[in-house]
Amino acid sequence: MEELKKESAANSEYLLEVNNLVKWFPIKSTFIKQTIGNVKAVDGVSFKIRRGETMGLVGESGCGKSTCGRTILRLLEKTSGEVRLDGVDVFALTKEELRKMRPRMQIVFQDPYSSLSPRLPIGEIIGEAVREHRIVPPEEYDQYITRVMEVCGLPEYYKERYPHEFSGGQRQRICIARALALSPEFIVCDEPVSALDVSIQAQIINLLKKLQKDFSLTYLFISHDLSVVEHISDTVGVMYLGNMVEYAETEKIFSNPLNPYTKALFSAIPIPDPAAKINRIILEGSIPSPANPPSGCKFHTRCRECMEVCKYASPEWLEVEEGHFCACHLYDSQEAKLRAQMEMEKAKAAETKAATVSGDITKQ
Amino acid sequence: MAEKKKTSYISGKESRRITRFNRRVTRKLEKERANANKDKALYTTRMKDPNNVVEFDNVCTYFFTDVGVVKAVDGISFEVPVGKTVGVVGESGCGKSVTSLSLMQLLQRPSGQIVGGEIRFNLGDGTAYNIVNTPNAIMEKIRGNQISMIFQEPMTALNPVFRIGEQINEVLELHNPEMTKEQMKERTLNMLELVGIANKEGVYEMYPHELSGGMRQRICIAIALACSPQLIIADEPTTALDVTIQAQILDLLENLKEKLNSSIMLITHDLGVVAGMADYVVVMYAGRVVEKGTTEDIFHHPAHPYTIGLMQSKPVVGKKVEELYNIPGNVPNPVEMPNYCYFRDRCEKRCEDCNGNYPPEIRISDTHVVSCYRYKDEGKILGYPKSVNVEEL
Repeated sequence: MEELKKESAANSEYLLEVNNLVKWFPIKSTFIKQTIGNVKAVDGVSFKIRRGETMGLVGESGCGKSTCGRTILRLLEKTSGEVRLDGVDVFALTKEELRKMRPRMQIVFQDPYSSLSPRLPIGEIIGEAVREHRIVPPEEYDQYITRVMEVCGLPEYYKERYPHEFSGGQRQRICIARALALSPEFIVCDEPVSALDVSIQAQIINLLKKLQKDFSLTYLFISHDLSVVEHISDTVGVMYLGNMVEYAETEKIFSNPLNPYTKALFSAIPIPDPAAKINRIILEGSIPSPANPPSGCKFHTRCRECMEVCKYASPEWLEVEEGHFCACHLYDSQEAKLRAQMEMEKAKAAETKAATVSGDITKQ
Repeated sequence: MAEKKKTSYISGKESRRITRFNRRVTRKLEKERANANKDKALYTTRMKDPNNVVEFDNVCTYFFTDVGVVKAVDGISFEVPVGKTVGVVGESGCGKSVTSLSLMQLLQRPSGQIVGGEIRFNLGDGTAYNIVNTPNAIMEKIRGNQISMIFQEPMTALNPVFRIGEQINEVLELHNPEMTKEQMKERTLNMLELVGIANKEGVYEMYPHELSGGMRQRICIAIALACSPQLIIADEPTTALDVTIQAQILDLLENLKEKLNSSIMLITHDLGVVAGMADYVVVMYAGRVVEKGTTEDIFHHPAHPYTIGLMQSKPVVGKKVEELYNIPGNVPNPVEMPNYCYFRDRCEKRCEDCNGNYPPEIRISDTHVVSCYRYKDEGKILGYPKSVNVEEL
């Protein structure tokens, strides 16, 4: 632990570092519970978040955004990789150490209708963890809860009420208050506004932004609503089928998307202006199954600019411009091109070999 | 605290009174409905304008619930022209879905009742049905045949125990009894091809769980379009889908509309979707139409403070703002609607007049109608939305 802390002081610019995080869910056969495959929900994702900044994580449903968020908080165990929160390796902690770490990292879930216990009054929902972790001395407990509720725009008399008495927007405020009560440094917001109406969405987004300013919070903002992500984030990562395909600062990525998938995704955003005619790139088909992803670049089945090499070699994660990362063969450097070429030839050779072998078998 | 509690508290006596009242009113309404069904003259009328598929004329749909009468739709009027797309926008609970259910006569009776107004559905020969009084036997012929509906959740809209092919065939079988099995299959396969399913023979034999959300929504669209209806009601068709799939589905709907020359009533809360798809927009708030006009009118010259607020509260890609606008306050309690403008308490532009009755509909240009006192000197007053006094029922 001591060593880890020293290290954290050295690179304190980043609060969260995720290195090559992998999370596979095994598929068991029904009969003898043998593992017959893996759903590769998160398959090698790396990024860093600076203190007090928001990173948006976008992608279609099923691309592993939520799994990524949950694995970072160790709500799910990783398969491999590394997550460092303020220099502390989250997966190296023992149970007791993790418990101490919990108040520093919190989550706001997507669905405010199912993430609150229907049997607890609001005061108890927000206060339970505060008491458990002894955030404040017992005599200040009541005041503290009131203050947290006030910050989140909930009047004091709500304390005695139960979740079913509230609308979606109010419930989401309660969820945010619950996370905030532990004075965390890092909050994962897992689609916090998708279940809400437009005008309520604006309230919650404004609240999240205000809290970030007042308490210098760091957010990982998971969403599929790109306009919301653009509004709230400083940096944006785009995921496709378990991989990060592009990462850059918000302005950069929205003004100059590089990856064909990002381009298609951004062009699909409906613009509330009838005069705006955009050249919409319509992607064919839907996202392939993460249990059996396509070979090479996972996006090649739907990509417009698919080349021969894309079918065999998976693209490398390269810094195309300063601070703008992208995984696509279109932007390969010279060496990366050579490596991809070699990988392709290897894969092709293996394929022909397999074909001849199977041919032999059928002949026999 | 005490004050807050009062609003949601109902005494036993009050509760019993409400129940008695509801029973009396719903019974009476059901009886009237049964009588109206017998005579054809009672449910056939004429269209105001033969170029419309559907005209809503002061429709009032109320729900008689245990806590009181909920005026889900209270005197709304708008029309859907032939071959056009009308977008109905509003927050959840503003009555947009109830409007479409009233048109399909799919309301949960007896507690949900259309208590006033007319919904005229064009039959094409100059006459029209008044959907409010149309008997069930005729409605069954209209539903799925002339008016059909695409529901919000493709995950739950399909029956999990029947194959895709059978589910599309069912619609054809009901409305075209003269069709043979082979013709039906051919038509179903055509429909599957039309909605952009490549592996049509394979999908014909599949069950819904084998398909993804976007594919299921395509199936729902295929079912809705199987009989080439004159009007398609799309009730939040893309809310449960991803942006990329949403773009596919909207593109598909647009193309199909051209091919079949149908009208679409697009119900959604996503302003972006409406801007891209609709020709006319109707903005609803708390059971009433607050503004209607062409897409151009609504998006480039929004007039009602609610519409303006709604536009500003949505972040737009490429337009950086420091803080999003949010409309203060909440939607009023649907059981006890105020008698002044429903939006007054949340409105930042309220004036003296707003303390009076609910504002009338004011025509501010040929196509643009708004319900707000701020425009009373600029346009022609068309009339007030007619509400039904429940005590008189």
